Amino acid sequence: MHKLSVSDLSKGLANKEFSSTELTKHFLKRINSFNHKINAFITITEEEALKEAALADNLIKQNQQKPLTGIPFAQKDIFCTNGIKTTCGSKMLSNFIAPYDATVVTNLKENQAITLGKTNMDEFAMGSSNETSYYGPVLNPWNTTTVPGGSSGGSAVAVAARLAPIATGTDTGGSIRQPAALTNLTGLKPTYGRVSRFGMVAFASSLDQAGPMGQSAEDCAIMLQALAGFDSKDSTSIDHPVPNYQDSLKNNIKGLKIGLPKEFFTKDLSPDVSATIHNAVKELEKLGATVKEISLPNTNLSIPVYYVIAPAEASSNLARYDGVRYGYRCKDPKDIIDLYKRTRTEGFGNEVKRRILIGTYVLSAGYYDAYYLQAEKVRQIISNEYFAALKEVDVIIGPTSPDPAFKLNSKKDPVSMYLNDIFTSGTNLAGLPGISVPAGFVNDLPIGMHIIGGKFAEEKLLNVAHQYQQVTDWHLKTPKEFT
Amino acid sequence: MTELEIKDVHKVADLARLKLKDDQVAQNIASELNNILKMVKQIQKIDTAGIQPMDHPYQTSQRLRKDEITEKDQREKMQKLAPEVEAGLFLVPKVVE
Repeated sequence: MHKLSVSDLSKGLANKEFSSTELTKHFLKRINSFNHKINAFITITEEEALKEAALADNLIKQNQQKPLTGIPFAQKDIFCTNGIKTTCGSKMLSNFIAPYDATVVTNLKENQAITLGKTNMDEFAMGSSNETSYYGPVLNPWNTTTVPGGSSGGSAVAVAARLAPIATGTDTGGSIRQPAALTNLTGLKPTYGRVSRFGMVAFASSLDQAGPMGQSAEDCAIMLQALAGFDSKDSTSIDHPVPNYQDSLKNNIKGLKIGLPKEFFTKDLSPDVSATIHNAVKELEKLGATVKEISLPNTNLSIPVYYVIAPAEASSNLARYDGVRYGYRCKDPKDIIDLYKRTRTEGFGNEVKRRILIGTYVLSAGYYDAYYLQAEKVRQIISNEYFAALKEVDVIIGPTSPDPAFKLNSKKDPVSMYLNDIFTSGTNLAGLPGISVPAGFVNDLPIGMHIIGGKFAEEKLLNVAHQYQQVTDWHLKTPKEFT
Repeated sequence: MTELEIKDVHKVADLARLKLKDDQVAQNIASELNNILKMVKQIQKIDTAGIQPMDHPYQTSQRLRKDEITEKDQREKMQKLAPEVEAGLFLVPKVVE
């Protein structure tokens, strides 16, 4: 059952081949057997899951089900779940029982999806390897000496090892797409404002976006249908109509114009990764797409701009963690400043503290103009390049990540870790949607093809990915140890 | 731009309400932050004359709503999460002498 896609599971439930309760028990058993090997889950919500499954089974009996009714999934531990621990991978929230549901959570509940548990993640979503979590690193099921990518590493690994058929993730600089690429999943970051951020613990408010991570574009389309939509409780939510994402999957892609930025395919890119992506693009050409070289001249500035803006926004967003109203508090504070300083120093891990310090510095008097204001202007320049390119072509394609999964503890220098975001961070800066699609293997490790579209082009991205997945089978492969 | 020294790191940490155990820790952090700043300094070479700063992917203004009470009082529920509460107030060490 765990080898089936969400769309097949939904058909199986409708045809009464199995019940949601049986399905849920099956995945809970797999989680109990395998989670210790890969550390995908922080909290397993067994009791709640079985209750939800029983309710779903009633609806299915009465033939009142929706596409996600009775389907178990894994929830990234960044979404507030009422009555359930929500840790964000941090000691700071290790005792935090969320008092309300995030809109993402509410939407999935309204679609009767079954929450198996809360997945492990880089602390406060800051990381590209899932090594910064207070709850220990997540291991890549394709090779457990390597990282799964981050920050949505736990969600990626839960699906890759088939401990859940699908999962939610969040993406600020690549945190859905990069772990999807490193674990052979399809992961979509929607257009900024497409999915509500209400109840999603904030890292960088102008960059964060939630999205699906699954076995296929079709499965991602099913989950995105439940997640997308205007929410008045999120002041950055955009009121744009939500199309039927499944309907357009079957369209052919004849005449699709693909742009390959020459700055993504320099001599610095591994020849194996480059060849994998070019082969993937050839498949799209066979389906009728045309390809041309384009230019995104300031590609190499995405990382410096991102690592000014994201830490700056994070330093502001994480100022709320002060030990006063919720979360961790240090013991026996002697005065208010001691309360703040020791709570925050003890409660946050090193990467989070590093980014808060950088963010505070670039926003401080005397440095604001040279760093933060300048970064915002360069952000506009980078974004304009994407917008201009997307007038010439329909989609932009490149590798999701410069390399496949790397060894645990191999990138000790923060800057070398940051370079993982080179292809993905520009998409967040411009607010555009991007999808990573399994495209092959290098050294037995998965490689993802990254497809970027214009604002609200999720339909197009899912369509292109789905058509690619009709003529290739990379996305069907699973790691041997977890079959 | 000059490099961060120990005293700069102490100042930034104070602003961020973080505590640095000692000067050795401050020095290590200074090195790490200087590496990061060296990487981000590239943006200063770019001519941004006439470019509007982009703080958000959309040119929209803050959406407003009617000034009406729409939420119910959930103080007791929310304060269950607090480390120390008394008479509906959050308790902290003395702030004013």
